[in-house]
Amino acid sequence: MRAGTMYFDQIAYDLAREVLKGVLVRNALEPAGIDAVIMGAVVQNPATSNVARDAALGAGFPNTVPAYTVTMACISSNRAIADAVTMLKTGQAEVVVAGGVEVLSDVPIGFKKEVRQKFFEARKYKNPLEYRKFVQGLAAADMLPQAPAIAEFSTGETMGKSADKLAAAFGVSREEQDAYALRSHRLAAEATREGRLEPELVPTALPPKFEALTQDNTFREDSSLEALAKLEPVFVKPFGTVTAGNASPLTDGASATLLMTEDKALALGYMPKAYLRNFVFVAQDPGDELLLGPAYATPKLLDRAGLSFADLDVIEIHEAFAGQVLAVLKAWESDAFARDKLGRERRVADVDMDKVNVWGGSLSLGHPFGATGARLVTTAAHRLQAEDGRYALVTACAAGGLGHAMLLERYET
Amino acid sequence: MTYFDVYTKNGVATVWLDSEGERVNTLSQPVLKAFGSLLDTLASDTAVEAVVLISRKKDSFIVGADIKEFAAFETREEVVKLIGEGHTLFNRVESFPKPILAAVHGACVGGGLELALACHYILATEHKRTLFALPEVNLGLLPGLGGTQRLPRAVGLQNGLELMLTGKNVYAKPARTMGLVDATIYPQGLLDAAKRAALGLVDGSVASKVRKTTLLETVLTKTPLNAVVYSKATETVQKRTRGNYPAPPKIIETVRVGMERGVAAGLELEARNFAELVFTPESKALRHLFFAKNAAEKNPLKQEARKVGTVGVLGAGLMGAGIAQMSAQSGFGVLLKDRTLELTAKGKGSIYEDVSKRVGRGMTSFERDVVLGRVVLAADYTTFRGADLTIEAVLETLDAKQSVLREVEAVAPADHIFASNTSSLPIGDIAAASRRPETVLGMHYFSPVPKMPLLEIITTDQTADWVLATAIDVGLKQGKTVIVVGDKPGFYANRILAPYVNEALVLLQEGAGVDEVDAAMRDFGFPVGPLKLIDEVGLDVGAHVMQVMAPLFNERGISLVTLGDNVLNAGLKGRKSGRGFYRYEGGKGKEANPEIYTLLGTRERRTVPKSEIQERLSLAMVNEAVYTLQEGVIKAPGDGDVGAVFGIGFPPFLGGPFFYLNVQGANHVLARLERLEAQHGARFTPAALLRQYAEADRTFY
Repeated sequence: MRAGTMYFDQIAYDLAREVLKGVLVRNALEPAGIDAVIMGAVVQNPATSNVARDAALGAGFPNTVPAYTVTMACISSNRAIADAVTMLKTGQAEVVVAGGVEVLSDVPIGFKKEVRQKFFEARKYKNPLEYRKFVQGLAAADMLPQAPAIAEFSTGETMGKSADKLAAAFGVSREEQDAYALRSHRLAAEATREGRLEPELVPTALPPKFEALTQDNTFREDSSLEALAKLEPVFVKPFGTVTAGNASPLTDGASATLLMTEDKALALGYMPKAYLRNFVFVAQDPGDELLLGPAYATPKLLDRAGLSFADLDVIEIHEAFAGQVLAVLKAWESDAFARDKLGRERRVADVDMDKVNVWGGSLSLGHPFGATGARLVTTAAHRLQAEDGRYALVTACAAGGLGHAMLLERYET
Repeated sequence: MTYFDVYTKNGVATVWLDSEGERVNTLSQPVLKAFGSLLDTLASDTAVEAVVLISRKKDSFIVGADIKEFAAFETREEVVKLIGEGHTLFNRVESFPKPILAAVHGACVGGGLELALACHYILATEHKRTLFALPEVNLGLLPGLGGTQRLPRAVGLQNGLELMLTGKNVYAKPARTMGLVDATIYPQGLLDAAKRAALGLVDGSVASKVRKTTLLETVLTKTPLNAVVYSKATETVQKRTRGNYPAPPKIIETVRVGMERGVAAGLELEARNFAELVFTPESKALRHLFFAKNAAEKNPLKQEARKVGTVGVLGAGLMGAGIAQMSAQSGFGVLLKDRTLELTAKGKGSIYEDVSKRVGRGMTSFERDVVLGRVVLAADYTTFRGADLTIEAVLETLDAKQSVLREVEAVAPADHIFASNTSSLPIGDIAAASRRPETVLGMHYFSPVPKMPLLEIITTDQTADWVLATAIDVGLKQGKTVIVVGDKPGFYANRILAPYVNEALVLLQEGAGVDEVDAAMRDFGFPVGPLKLIDEVGLDVGAHVMQVMAPLFNERGISLVTLGDNVLNAGLKGRKSGRGFYRYEGGKGKEANPEIYTLLGTRERRTVPKSEIQERLSLAMVNEAVYTLQEGVIKAPGDGDVGAVFGIGFPPFLGGPFFYLNVQGANHVLARLERLEAQHGARFTPAALLRQYAEADRTFY
């Protein structure tokens, strides 16, 4: 849900409980048999800094199931799933629930460091007069609460500006960005209408209103190129190209996947959907290539798996910004990029858009930072079945110049 | 028999209260006697400087006196003497030369609390199971071991009266605030802290009973203004009991005398009043109910019960949501389903609201979340493959019941149990749609489910024993008082309610007033009058239930008054429609609705004597209860008493219809019924079984 709308009353712990409970119920899973719960989260509520543990307990998981929270910006739940895979492969675990959560309606508002220091000192104050010391050396403006910005700490640059820059570097026009955003919204609307997303959505009814919610409210069915063209740039004014219309919305959401070793799944009577075959994490310059991770991660993954891009039937790429997706696609299709940056003879791919995000993407389905990765993996697994494909690629960029790619293979029955 | 283990070390004698072979500690006569001898030993043992009383039972300290002993009492003088001995013993504790400390974990109730109050210091654990109460009033008694004197002195007059007049539980933290408890600690540290506190009492480093009192409290306790407190308490008691319960006024009297004339005078009156109350029919009836209810909270088929982890609930209306709530609160996973997800969500919302009322009162918001998290919204039946038992509370038609039964059975596992919460349909008819009729039974709850304690479980000829056993288990875990009844129209509670309500309607037709009838029955001891009750249930629902039962009564030559279409079409459906026997629009539903007289075809208005209303209504119900026993709808009189009191509010001080018969005498009631039969016809034809009992001069207990 768009932040500030249907989940405005919730905190991350609330939505995380819903998906954890959903995994149990949907799979009639005995929670005592779970070896670990791993959740990704980015903007954390200080009261539940290990939200995976608090939510697992709140969802009624036995207190004997270990749970932890990972944070790796927008690929946090990819990291959670990757951790789970590692645990399963090394025999550390047989059953893991991995997912993520983000409630951007609940951003922690803090005080400046100087004020926080005063609060710390004030705990030692003995008599009321000492509180005079509290205000000494502080200006009234210092007391203003500080909301965190979505900006890169090392460069100070907002993520929107980075996307704007990246699009320009790859020659992606405003029109192309708007057209891609429109495609994302239309596809999301179509997939919702046709009920394709239903199997991966947990309906919720939460306090205080207990309204039954069964689908996302992030996509716009009635969008048009004309409407998108009218929007002003948000991050680089007046000549930038990234607008509210071609960027992903601030979103509240949570996701969870149920991962098992094949033997365990079959022994428990489950029919697996897909194998998680391989994954890579990469990193590059957070200044100029902040969101270009997929361009590097994907060829690395394919090399490792001994596959070529053409072997992929399903592609799920995280859509932080339309400009960022298009830049990645251009990088994949560029011989020059392959030569200069990847040290390869030829370009990585000729991309067939019929394989890319055909049920919508983060632009239209929303981008709850910590939860997006597990949604991508779930959609990829479901698409493999719906489209009768064999291999699926999940790839995503993240703040810090981080990137990720994962290879799924459909489970043959 | 041993009751204590004593270990003395470093000057502290630790007295472990541990009645041999018992689940809990009670204060029986032998225990008190043994305790007296123990005090002698502790007094003379020079190695003992201080004493700690602590229980070895799981989560309980002392749960009170041994109530079973009361039945053997014969004379007041005997009781006064026994109580006097108890007083002497507890006075000895209070003035013991060495400090005695009560280290309380778990229930500290009745005589247990009175003992603790006599000690020099109370240390309690901060734990859910640690609670303090003087519930004697619920048994028609007053605290007889000094509680009426020591409690108000410990916690103030207002708190003290409230605790004794309601019998309510006080948990450790509020008990500390109130001054009942001197200090609290986590359970793991109880013994060690108790020993240190006991030695502290010896050397003076720990002071006992240091409670700060507010000025207001001092004024209301110690000045003539305390008259306000007494009169307020008397007024509240009168309003609540309508003079039917003798214990509360005696409690107030005893407290007042003690506060005004000193502890000795107070204790003396306490003994005399206890001796008087213990022989009252009210106390006997309440004690009878206490035992009957305890019996209904045990599962006689325990061995055969199968494990239930997940309960399905179909229908998320008031009933369904209530059942789901009780299930979730008792730890079951719940699958809640209504026709649409919106309706289901609304049901979950009402559960959230009700459970949230407990947050901050012994429940944290996290615990609330966990309870609510157990209630899973089901959009379809897929998840019901994980259900062990499903209770339906859908529309009250055979079609609706049978179709949800088929739908659930299609996905549920082979040993899944299907229970119907129907109030009017035969369970056998519903079971006819089942592929496994042996797994079908009735679980009939009363509205509002979280508040009403009774659960009727209805079996058919085909219901398997393990199915019944499992359903009883689930009901008991949900905190219900369970009776097992036969599959006849109305089952038990509604069956005996029918002729009672019918008689109220007949009286209206004869010209009696709505409020007149209701007030008479409230004076008789029912919590609400019969007509107000129908307004709450809904006239349409009531009419439907009466209609279902009509043939059964027709067979006996009785035609029930029908709340015909003219009433319902006029929009009179009770509280929910704003009008019924009373008017709710704008007002509070206190004014009778004159429309009802015309619609019922009432002849001219007349005043019917209260005693006539009470006799006709109560005997119609009591007689019907005997019919149900005669027909095997209930298996034992105890079930009938529990069902009537906890299901439909039969006056507890009368002990239930069968206990009432016992007190009144079967032949006496028979004679009254025969007189009424002569006046009013078949409605009062006595049950054959009653005649048998009367002729043989037998009693039901």
